[in-house]
Amino acid sequence: MSLYYVQKAIYELNRSEEALADWRLDAQAYLADFDLTDEERLALATPDIGLLYVLGVNGQLLMHLAAAAGYEWDAYLNAMREGMRQHGPVREGLYKTVGDGA
Amino acid sequence: MSLVFAGVCSHGPGITARAQRAAPESKRKIDAAYARMREAIHACQPDALIVISAEHFANFFMNNMPSFAVGMADYYDGPIENPEWLRIPPRRVPGEKALSRELLETVMQEVDVAYCEEWKFDHGIMVPLHLLLPDNDVPVIPVNVNCQAPPLAPLQRVYALGQALRKACEASDKRIAMIGTGGISHWPCTPDSGKINEAWDREFLARWTRNDRSSLLDYTDAATYQDGGQGGYEIRTYIAVAAAAAGHQGEIWCYEPVPAFACGCTVGVMDLAT
Repeated sequence: MSLYYVQKAIYELNRSEEALADWRLDAQAYLADFDLTDEERLALATPDIGLLYVLGVNGQLLMHLAAAAGYEWDAYLNAMREGMRQHGPVREGLYKTVGDGA
Repeated sequence: MSLVFAGVCSHGPGITARAQRAAPESKRKIDAAYARMREAIHACQPDALIVISAEHFANFFMNNMPSFAVGMADYYDGPIENPEWLRIPPRRVPGEKALSRELLETVMQEVDVAYCEEWKFDHGIMVPLHLLLPDNDVPVIPVNVNCQAPPLAPLQRVYALGQALRKACEASDKRIAMIGTGGISHWPCTPDSGKINEAWDREFLARWTRNDRSSLLDYTDAATYQDGGQGGYEIRTYIAVAAAAAGHQGEIWCYEPVPAFACGCTVGVMDLAT
């Protein structure tokens, strides 16, 4: 698990139009510079908002990635809930003990 | 004293991004409270507005996370979020680098802070500015308190920051207004978004209005997390303002729990005249 780098990859996307364009063009190429597991890499490339939440990504980062990927607010909240149904409770980070799966 | 105004308000992005989702009566009260604060700030004729906020990974990340940071630039751009998403148009917010430096030099006698010559404002500052300074006519000095990524500064150190800011304002010949912005209990951007612990919020606001240091600092992060969610860590911004206004008591002009805004929307002001 490398939650730090998962969040770093999103932090850069949220801050930089250029990074966002690179991710949209070829997500795997954009992610090549980050130290990620295969699961994390796939979650970021898809993007799988629900799995990213379960992996422990802070919502203050995740909501902007979701918005950039076209998620409306309610769809974003539902994606996190569905992620917990599919993948179980949050595994790491700030939310490990909160949420429906706590 | 040259601290001419001290208050607090919410900054939840839903206040602008999902404005239509609040009950009309709640929305009316919230809008009226921000308008009252806007008028109160302008009535004080401030030379600058200090905004103590809790930014959300717009500028600061866990590679180098300051507990406290103060802006020292002549301008700041925002919002960093998509303006259509936040429903706040982009603007270049005026700063005042020389005044920032003057304040920093006094603050740093008491508290170690980072300074920033570049800072992109997120909703934590842009929502209040959009509602309080729509004409972009007062220079802003941003102050950040890390409320997102533990380990966080202990509350007594946040209080010391507020005291140091007060000293810095008093040492300046400028008229300086100050607001703290943040949520009380909230679980933003999570599946629990919309949950609000109103009783916990009201107890905190009662302590804030009494401006009683010992009761304001009588929270552990573990208890805050349990009762107020991860967003509850943002009580730090309110505590810093209380410290800056030590000796004075406050009044809550608005507290409206709005689940669609993911917080109890709050506007409160310290009475610096008595």
